[in-house]
Amino acid sequence: MITREDVEHVAVLSQMKLKEQDYILFTKQLEEMLKFVEKLKEVNTDDIEPTASVIPLKNVVREDIMAASFDRDIALMNAPDKDFGHFKIPKIME
Amino acid sequence: MNYTGLKALELAKLIREKQITSKEVTMGFIERIKQKNVKLNAFVNEEFEGAIKTAENCDNILAIGGKELSPLFGVPIALKANMCSEGTKVTCCSKILENYISPYDATVVEKIKKAGMPILGKCNMDEFAMGSSTENSVNGPSLNPWDNSRIPGGSSGGSSVAVAAGLSPLALGSDTGGSIRQPAACCGVVGLKPTYGRVSRYGLVAFASSLDQIGPFSGDIEDNAALLEIIAGYDKRDSTSINKEVPAYSKYLNKSLKGMKIAMPKEYFIKGGLAPDVLEALNSSVEIFKKLGAEFEQVSLPHTEYCLATYYIIATAEASSNLARYDGVHYGYRKKDSKSLIEMMTKSRAEGFGNEVKRRIMLGTYVLSAGYYDAYYLKAQKVRTLIKRDFDRVFEKFDCVLTPTTPASAFKLGEKILDPIQMYLSDIFTISANLAGVPAISLPCGLSDNKLPVGLQLIGKPFMEGELFTLAHAFEKAYGWKNTVNTEV
Repeated sequence: MITREDVEHVAVLSQMKLKEQDYILFTKQLEEMLKFVEKLKEVNTDDIEPTASVIPLKNVVREDIMAASFDRDIALMNAPDKDFGHFKIPKIME
Repeated sequence: MNYTGLKALELAKLIREKQITSKEVTMGFIERIKQKNVKLNAFVNEEFEGAIKTAENCDNILAIGGKELSPLFGVPIALKANMCSEGTKVTCCSKILENYISPYDATVVEKIKKAGMPILGKCNMDEFAMGSSTENSVNGPSLNPWDNSRIPGGSSGGSSVAVAAGLSPLALGSDTGGSIRQPAACCGVVGLKPTYGRVSRYGLVAFASSLDQIGPFSGDIEDNAALLEIIAGYDKRDSTSINKEVPAYSKYLNKSLKGMKIAMPKEYFIKGGLAPDVLEALNSSVEIFKKLGAEFEQVSLPHTEYCLATYYIIATAEASSNLARYDGVHYGYRKKDSKSLIEMMTKSRAEGFGNEVKRRIMLGTYVLSAGYYDAYYLKAQKVRTLIKRDFDRVFEKFDCVLTPTTPASAFKLGEKILDPIQMYLSDIFTISANLAGVPAISLPCGLSDNKLPVGLQLIGKPFMEGELFTLAHAFEKAYGWKNTVNTEV
């Protein structure tokens, strides 16, 4: 059973400020979706290894050699706000 | 002359032989897009200027006797709106990326450019590839060219409409749970999801990283094989791409099916799980394969009924993590006049994402959160192991698995949009290939009672796309599918 408080908590974890009607809709829909995935409880998975990726993933390393990357102007070209060659955000402390 | 009914390889040949120029062909498709796109809404970003420039370049190279040209040299193509192409908009059909201009090329785009293929623009999709109908696009849905009151499938619906309606001879899509194959089936074109790791995902906006794969849309199998050969291959910038030689896929065409073994999983043909007209088309297709010499046997993939639930845990968990980057700091939509950093992030995300994306982020966050991780996420990963083992077992004895692509032909616009689970069920037959990481292709195999395309899916062993082309090509020739909407005025 998923409650309104659960949805509020998940919204905080997801960094989304939802509207009142969204909480009502998502409480209902998340409840339905979780009920749907409950089905997996039927499956016996004792001693079964989890699959995170279908291919054997290994860490890919390379020599630490300097190479060209984006120019600052290009890296900043999509910035919603910028100043003096930096990304600009609202104040984080008083 | 109208080139839009011709296949990509035919166009390439005419261009190479200088019977027509790449620019004429490109202009021909641009004209058709101008006529048709207002209604069909297949393209969300038209990049005609760039396409014409590339085409002119191609013609110049041909004029000076250019050598070692790619098999699709000079033939235009369309991209899905989640593929980065330098200096162009890449919106994922989301408000949060509405003004995003990519500063770089995805590896597939680099390869397309190197092959001398003009890019006509970007195609419509469900926001961040989350959906099965294109109805979750901020640009509104694309319409199915066979019946404008119906969905084209999704999430790569714009790409499938572009190819089906003759707006582009080829297109690229991405497939996380069926997003290439399901729209291909709905629109009567060919769509391939390659093996996980076959095509680089560098520059593809991530949805669910352990499932996403880029693949080609085309009018027929030969074109599909030619395009896969161009986009496939190892890329050091994608650590999940696999260093394995790309075969000459054209060598797999025109081969005999004698002795090839096809498995039919009984779980995909259960009573009530499939529209009668789809079942009928599938049964006729099996007869064609048998006449061609293929052998059939019924098998069981016992964990099939758990695929959808497994998928919706894994895909949403990965999505919640991948989409954390949209915070209004470096790029994308930012809520103006926010007083604090947290307010800016939480409001930017709430206003920038559509409902389906929010729903999936929330579910994904929930299944990963403290106290639920083991019960949901870890459990789903374990069931994924069992799903993969089902396929491993079947592939010990068989060359491929044959299933319908979708449970029914294209549904009506609006029919499922209010019921997320009903919408998810339209991917019920395509999801397993993503979970198992194996290649799968959808090709047209008949018409439904209301004259809509029906798709047949062939699922193959890892890296055996060639065998899928062998089977699909033999079937295509014997069946003789006719697209009747790609030249329609």
